[in-house]
Amino acid sequence: MKRDALRAVAMFVLIALLPLAGDSYWLRLGTTMLMYGVLAISWNFIGGMAGYPSFASAAFFGLGAYAGAVAQKLGAPMGFAWALAGAAALVFAAALGVALLRLRGHYFAIASLVVAEVLRELVNAATDLTGGGMGLNLPIPRLASIEGQAMFFFYAMLALAALAFAAMLAAMHSRLGFGLRCIQQNESAADMLGVNTTLYKVAAFMLSGVFVGVAGAIYASWVHYIEPPDVFDVLYSVKAIVMVLIGGAGSVFGPLFGAALFLSLEELVWRNYLQVHTGVLGLLIVLLVLFLPKGLISLRRRTA
Amino acid sequence: MSALLELAGVSRAFGGLRALSSVDLAVQRGEVVGLIGPNGAGKTTLVNVVTGVHRATSGRVRFDGEDVTRLRPYQAARRGIARTFQIVQPFSAMTVLENVTAAALFGGAARSIAEARAQAREQLAFVGLEQAADRRAGALTLAMRKRLELAKGLAMRPKLLLLDEVNAGLNAVEMDAALALIRGIAARGVTIVIIEHLMKVVLSLCSRIVVLHHGELIAAGKPSEIVKDARVVQAYLGRRYAEAQPAHG
Repeated sequence: MKRDALRAVAMFVLIALLPLAGDSYWLRLGTTMLMYGVLAISWNFIGGMAGYPSFASAAFFGLGAYAGAVAQKLGAPMGFAWALAGAAALVFAAALGVALLRLRGHYFAIASLVVAEVLRELVNAATDLTGGGMGLNLPIPRLASIEGQAMFFFYAMLALAALAFAAMLAAMHSRLGFGLRCIQQNESAADMLGVNTTLYKVAAFMLSGVFVGVAGAIYASWVHYIEPPDVFDVLYSVKAIVMVLIGGAGSVFGPLFGAALFLSLEELVWRNYLQVHTGVLGLLIVLLVLFLPKGLISLRRRTA
Repeated sequence: MSALLELAGVSRAFGGLRALSSVDLAVQRGEVVGLIGPNGAGKTTLVNVVTGVHRATSGRVRFDGEDVTRLRPYQAARRGIARTFQIVQPFSAMTVLENVTAAALFGGAARSIAEARAQAREQLAFVGLEQAADRRAGALTLAMRKRLELAKGLAMRPKLLLLDEVNAGLNAVEMDAALALIRGIAARGVTIVIIEHLMKVVLSLCSRIVVLHHGELIAAGKPSEIVKDARVVQAYLGRRYAEAQPAHG
């Protein structure tokens, strides 16, 4: 665990130095990568560790984005609004988890998939509070410059990613992580051994929600304007899963590697194949999953 | 002292099928009880009701002076009821040591993962699996997996151990080793209920035998009495065979 923690610290310090090297394009890319990292790490709690294929990331992201945005619209300071978004995602994940985690496998996946759609319709309908389909404008933070703002959101996302990573590392080496691994392999046997499976699964789901909620709120503040189809986009759920699968489900560094690689692919393909970029990206993902089913992390183990 | 495990009028129905119908059973502390009966008699259902996998449709289960009828499996496990499965259920991708560590951590008294690991090593030594501690559980032979099940059960520090056909599929040598192991567990003071088809096992281990047939408890007593009981013979071999044996009954 210590070695993993040291490596992680070194990695986050390196990422923190990125603004020295690059221009605003790299800063934007770095911020997005860290946001993807938060999505992937979060999914690893429920999907990688507990083995429950959750598609609820988009729901947590959108909920966090709107909770933060509405709070700021009502006059809350930005930091408070972000914390509130995290709390909202945490409570929502707990309630949702108690209801949905009775289902297993495909049934759970489908049920978690529709949650974002339901939330989107609710946000669409609550026009007074959320602006409905018109979207919501956020106050622009009073910071020195455009560059200063970009820098600020980059470091905010970096801090969040580091926090999520630390939580994942701690969970993996704790009772919770051990219990989740048991659940992932054989839930009824885990139950019989004395693992409170419901509690553990709900805890994993809450951890998979809280950081994504905050990421949604930071994103909202960062882009100043959100609308339901943007933040409740099912692609957030799909990307989280794809990134973890590319990197290596259940592993420590897999989710972050996956996020970095996925974003690089996404950016490269988008720049070079503008017309057919989603098709090319999809093809690449299929190939990766087919030939590296245990993720990039497994390459290192194979050579070692 | 009151019985460790007490079933009073326990029934369990699956739709129209009554897998257990008003079973009364008391298991005393330190006993080794054999639970026998033809296929489909409800033996495994009884274990599932005691461990909370299935809830009794009616009746009460008391364990160690406490009503456990409505407990969930993990709660029953933490109160000291451990079981092995008829079809072994290891966490296959984990090592043997991790499997037993999980049992000690979640079902036993261990307060930390390190402490649980130490306890797990003791149990592995007891069942003779310490050499295999770092192997993947899924890669073990059947006989070793059965031992692993026992080690997991023991790591939970149980008061009651329910052994569901731990000897099925073993060859003669492996079985003798398994029997010695079960005797060793009983000698530690663990109360054991053993479900078994092999009469050799039951007769050599158990102080008392109870017989289930079509979900009903049809006989209970010393092994020597049970093998002569007309209803038991009839349940296993049919009415005609029982009637042709005038000496029995």
